[in-house]
Amino acid sequence: MQSRRDFIKIMALGTGALALSGGLFAFMDPKREDGRPVVALDYKTATYCEICFWKCAGWAYKTEKGELWKIVGNDDDQHSNGRFCPRGTGGVGMYNDPNRLKKPMIRVEERGKQVFREVSWAEALDYTAQKLSGISAKYGPEAIALFTHGSGGKYFGDLLKAMGSTNITQPSYAQCRGPRDAAFLATFGEQPDSPEVTDLRDTKCLVLIGSHIGENMHNGQVQEMSDAIDKKATIITVDPRFSTAASKSKYWLPIKPSTDLALLLAWIHEIIYNEYYDRKYVETYTTGLEQLKEHVKNFTPEWAYGITTIEPDVIRQTAKEMSNAKPAVIIHPGRHVTWYGDDTQRERAIAILNALLGSWGRRGGFYRPSKKTVPSYPHPEFPTPKTTWKDWFPGQYPLADNPVSNAFVDASIPTKERDAFLKAWIVNGTNLIFTIPDQAHTLEAIQALELLVVVDTMPMEITGWADVILPECTYLERYDSLRDSPHRKPAIALRMPAMEPAYETKPAYWMARELAKRLNVGEYFHFEDQADLLDWQLKKMGSSLEELKKKGVITWDREEDDLFFANGEKIEFPTNSGKIELYSSAMEQAGFDPMPKYTAHEEPPSGFYRLIYGRAPMHTFSRTANNPNLTDLMDENVLWVNPKVAKEWGLKNNDPVFLKNQDGIQSDFAIKVRVTERIRWDSVYMVHGFGHKQKQLERCFGKGVSDTQLITKVKIDPVMGGTGMRGNFVTFIPQVLA
Amino acid sequence: MRYAMAIDTKKCVGCSDCVVACQTENNVPIGYCRDWIVEETNGTYPQLEMELRSERCNHCANAPCVRCCPTGASHIVEGGIVLVTQNDCIGCGACIASCPYDARYPHPDGYVDKCTFCYHRVKKGEKPACVEVCPTKCLYFGDLDDANSEVSVILKKRKYKTLIPEAGTDPQLYFLI
Repeated sequence: MQSRRDFIKIMALGTGALALSGGLFAFMDPKREDGRPVVALDYKTATYCEICFWKCAGWAYKTEKGELWKIVGNDDDQHSNGRFCPRGTGGVGMYNDPNRLKKPMIRVEERGKQVFREVSWAEALDYTAQKLSGISAKYGPEAIALFTHGSGGKYFGDLLKAMGSTNITQPSYAQCRGPRDAAFLATFGEQPDSPEVTDLRDTKCLVLIGSHIGENMHNGQVQEMSDAIDKKATIITVDPRFSTAASKSKYWLPIKPSTDLALLLAWIHEIIYNEYYDRKYVETYTTGLEQLKEHVKNFTPEWAYGITTIEPDVIRQTAKEMSNAKPAVIIHPGRHVTWYGDDTQRERAIAILNALLGSWGRRGGFYRPSKKTVPSYPHPEFPTPKTTWKDWFPGQYPLADNPVSNAFVDASIPTKERDAFLKAWIVNGTNLIFTIPDQAHTLEAIQALELLVVVDTMPMEITGWADVILPECTYLERYDSLRDSPHRKPAIALRMPAMEPAYETKPAYWMARELAKRLNVGEYFHFEDQADLLDWQLKKMGSSLEELKKKGVITWDREEDDLFFANGEKIEFPTNSGKIELYSSAMEQAGFDPMPKYTAHEEPPSGFYRLIYGRAPMHTFSRTANNPNLTDLMDENVLWVNPKVAKEWGLKNNDPVFLKNQDGIQSDFAIKVRVTERIRWDSVYMVHGFGHKQKQLERCFGKGVSDTQLITKVKIDPVMGGTGMRGNFVTFIPQVLA
Repeated sequence: MRYAMAIDTKKCVGCSDCVVACQTENNVPIGYCRDWIVEETNGTYPQLEMELRSERCNHCANAPCVRCCPTGASHIVEGGIVLVTQNDCIGCGACIASCPYDARYPHPDGYVDKCTFCYHRVKKGEKPACVEVCPTKCLYFGDLDDANSEVSVILKKRKYKTLIPEAGTDPQLYFLI
């Protein structure tokens, strides 16, 4: 197909932007006697963090001079307990990053070359509205889609709904937690939620299947895992890599990658055939034990040993440990679980184990979350769209309860038989090039679009493909919706601006409202100032913006003492049978195995290694890769290589290597080798989110390698559309230095 | 009074929050740090052990950096905290060379800088920034002369070690093992 779009490197700053930056990045006066800034007490502003989805509430402090000083946790907040994680603490760097997007830009053609032209907000918004309106008139509003991650999604989502499109997707579903949500819904009728409803602090046994808490810095979870360590909980970690969590574990099971489901089935076998399960709980609340018992009959530890390389005795012992701890045991659902394309089935096995051990709804297992509903300001009903994403590919991904981002990509590519369903994307706060695997496929979709609007704070790779770039201010420079995430107790948190928006950046709420006005749907955005909306909502809830500005967080007691199931409580679970379904009728009705089966996955060809990727505690995906404070902690990813493999290839620590995957895709950059015993010999490991190609990300450009670039073979989970990404294999191309 | 810190290596996940919290609290320029993380792995796959440590100045009772300072800029204050008076420091670097823990660095403004145990906070009865921020609560701070301080209490309960004890500096960071 003809390339309609050239990747444009965001232009160097105009002089106007430079002038605006004057003083902003000057460090605080280091000549002060003790080197520290003086701070006035009222220079403390309530916020909640946007560096990741945990949304910890805290306080942004400014110096007397009005410079941003530090961000610390709010003691009254259940998400942070007064302690921010390194990324949240380094949030100051998101504000201070000199590479931020500064002015609205529009793609134009000049002398046969595509470039970005800096424009006024009025021009950018008029242009965007005119394009959206044209596309809506020609193809229907349903041809407009939103990809989002973060707080701005609410406002652009409302804009789309007001126009008549509900095609709103978050890659955090199909590229991340979707399979576990689908599996837990099929089993319990409920999801593990965000923050997860794991009662880690009181658990007696925590089982992590590839989940690397401590490296994934989900604040509350890390804190509570530490509490569990203090209380001598047994930790069992299943991982081909000696993760930080593995180093804290009583049992580390160095499993052969891609075989987790066999281990889980053997555990289920052990727990059923030794009658380790919580008999009363299983009898009262579950259905399908007899079928499950029959199903796992042959899945013995010996059977699993041949597949997983985990010794039968270890499988038996760990099953006994779980049983001893029950019901205060958590087989953790994980978060990023789109691995091999049968992920919903693996997560079903996890859900089943939790059900057998009676941990769902029990202290030390999973609690019942509670949340406060924030009232919506009355507005006309949203129009009903003629089609939704579910109509594009009838019957596909039947158990997806969230729109599947990769289906949006598919729907944007025309075929011989049909035109593309989607013609315009608005992308807010998610760098799709680094988020959705198979980059060539994503770019094919982008090339076919008539409009790509990118709303971001940073010149991420996705901005290089945009028709319009709308520079968003950071979370430290704006109000946002009240945080009302569920937790042990219902609570709300406030985000308000600590700083004025730098340069010509604007809050997403303002952008969406301005577009809505231009598209004649302004009535959905009643308040010009979001602060007035917050005050209206808070007054309805018996508080006020004034009060919340002082407190940052309000936490209420639960209406009932029902954090856990009461003894003998009658419970109707929101499943087909009203019971916890060990044998899933929902899966069966949709044409899938009602009980999970192990299937073997492809293994690396000779000379290739399975590419495993994960998180570092100081970064959130690729979005923090340029943050000056956080790059100071970690400025590139490295490739973990087992010493045996390193020897075979003659690789030493810090040797730069290029990587090539099974489809011949070569990494854009070289990555430094880290020779370590902490990784299996059949795999290599890197932290996700590095290897940036966008030169205007000056600190992270060309540092390390992008795992996403090398993930070209994608195993789609037919149950819910998740993109399995762990079936890619790489080999080394040692860099020859002149 | 004797200030000391205990670091629980069983809980530390090496996230570096202590590092960035110190940098923002104390205005440490980017590219420098007063505290840092050490990861030590032993064994061969799959028989492995790993220790993670948040390290900083040991505020030694017998501090070579103070003894060798030609101007008296390096000095000991209340509670045994080792400090540097910036205006008195000529940046000669003798202290940097004398420190067995490599805890000092030359600040770009010409003086030598290091961890102060957040003296400015401790004076007010607050904890050092790193202790207050740590998500795993693996850092304990307090007065060893007070038997009820959290650092005294934890050292009574747990096994611990110090780093390079053979240097004879009487270090005051205790690593719980």
